[in-house]
Amino acid sequence: MSIDLKTVKHISKLSRISLDEEKAKKLETDLNSIFKWIEQLNELKTENIEPLSSIAETKLRLRKDEIKSKNIREEILKNSPDENKDFFVVPKVVE
Amino acid sequence: MSNIIDLSLSELASNIKNKKISSNEATSAYVERSKKSKYLNTYNEETFETALKKANEFDSKPDFNKKLPGVPIAVKDLFCTKNIKTTASSKILNNFIPTYESTVTQNLWNDGSILLGKLNCDEFAMGSSNETSYFGNVISPIDKDLVPGGSSGGSASALAAKLTPATIGTDTGGSIRQPASFTGTVGLKPTYGSCSRYGIVAFASSLDQAGPMTRNVKDSALLLEVMSSFDNKDSTSVDFKRPIYSKDLSKDIKGKKIGIPKEYRVEGMSEEIEKLWEDGKNYLKDCGAEIIDVSLPHTKFALPTYYIVAPAEASSNLARYDGVKYGFRTEGDNLIDMYEKTRSAGFGDEVKRRIMIGTYVLSSGYYDAYYLKAQKVRRLIKNDFNNVFQKVDAILTPSTPSSAFKIGEKSNDPVSMYLNDIFTVPVNLAGLPGISIPAGLDKKGYPLGLQIIGKSFDEQNILNIAYSMEDKINFKFNLKEWWMNE
Repeated sequence: MSIDLKTVKHISKLSRISLDEEKAKKLETDLNSIFKWIEQLNELKTENIEPLSSIAETKLRLRKDEIKSKNIREEILKNSPDENKDFFVVPKVVE
Repeated sequence: MSNIIDLSLSELASNIKNKKISSNEATSAYVERSKKSKYLNTYNEETFETALKKANEFDSKPDFNKKLPGVPIAVKDLFCTKNIKTTASSKILNNFIPTYESTVTQNLWNDGSILLGKLNCDEFAMGSSNETSYFGNVISPIDKDLVPGGSSGGSASALAAKLTPATIGTDTGGSIRQPASFTGTVGLKPTYGSCSRYGIVAFASSLDQAGPMTRNVKDSALLLEVMSSFDNKDSTSVDFKRPIYSKDLSKDIKGKKIGIPKEYRVEGMSEEIEKLWEDGKNYLKDCGAEIIDVSLPHTKFALPTYYIVAPAEASSNLARYDGVKYGFRTEGDNLIDMYEKTRSAGFGDEVKRRIMIGTYVLSSGYYDAYYLKAQKVRRLIKNDFNNVFQKVDAILTPSTPSSAFKIGEKSNDPVSMYLNDIFTVPVNLAGLPGISIPAGLDKKGYPLGLQIIGKSFDEQNILNIAYSMEDKINFKFNLKEWWMNE
């Protein structure tokens, strides 16, 4: 199965990474060689195998829903790329 | 007394405890040497002034009960350090100053250690040569134009060049063990769940583990016992009784059964690597261990599995870099445009490639064929190890298929770069501990490493085996300080 330029552009859209034509073409080549190599997994029959999603196959721990950090608003906003220090600011989304 | 920078981590710690060396003397020695070694490009951020101040504070009020009393140490720039820039060697985090500390680095400071600076690495730890860093290539002190390996390349280079007595890295597919192997140093990836992931810039969360990089095995044991802790802030941290690894270190490995997996004898493996492996077996026999041939039949599927699982998790983890909450932003016409421009300008090519792979394998219509398939194969790989560990106590393999390569040699061919991690990746997929120790030189005079893989949470055992082998191997590399004049 090969990945065409249209698919590359679709993945770039899903990934929220804009690509110019040159980069998209380079990625088309790269992704095809990577996926060609990945295809060897199809040699294996895996119908009855349970997927392994985490190596720590223990139940996640539960804890009380308590507030532990207090008054960290300033800290949370400190690295915001926008100069407004009261909120995270994004371009206008509602007309 | 020998030069301060020639002392191992354990030796330096005991010299400070015995008041033969002050923290100021030790820190000054490493600061001076680091300043003369800019050519290697190991540091992303230097904290030399603060380090000297802290060293003086330690000397005026020393606490010799700490394990690393006033010992200076540089760490990979993937660990969040409070109020000190942490970039993961990415443009997108170039202005990020964490307001919190990673648990692993906090453990180091709690035990008396002092931060020298943050070390260069591949961008978001994605790479095997340190060529994907936004801050440029790291040069290996082993030879000019040689990569130090990756992703913990700055750590390996700084350690081998003696710019720090020891360091810490992270290992998702070999990022500690491969650079250790390339630079003639010791690198340990602990069992998944041993060291907290809290405050480490996430790459692939089901695979990432922090670990020590040191000049010898004893130092690895010491540093691991400082780093490893149960942490509520990491949901996959495992609560087990952690041994005092350095105290229980022993060269008695008589009767231990060591497996040699036939599938690691890969096509086209060089005679040098064959011989290295053979020598390793003989050293183990000399120590009284028993060598047993074993089979890990799904080995060849580990890398393609990894290149589905790791990018899938990465594409999800890196979704947080959106130009809103922290990091770099490029303005756009609207919200989506801002996201797309920010991420396009902020990420390097390899990171984009992996986000794209990950997004594709998780996307509608491909999830079952790729991601679910990879998770199933991951189970088979783990089962292989479970089966073998019924019969043996540890496994011996080469660490890498070759010695270090030249800068630029593999950077245009992603698959050939990925193949470098062929012996290290299966260990991450199975969550096991693995240690790489320097074991010889190739004909160019570059270091080669052997890897010992253990059962889950059996770090003590692989440390003991490595400790015994280290003695027999008696690895020597004549470090010429050529970079000081560059």
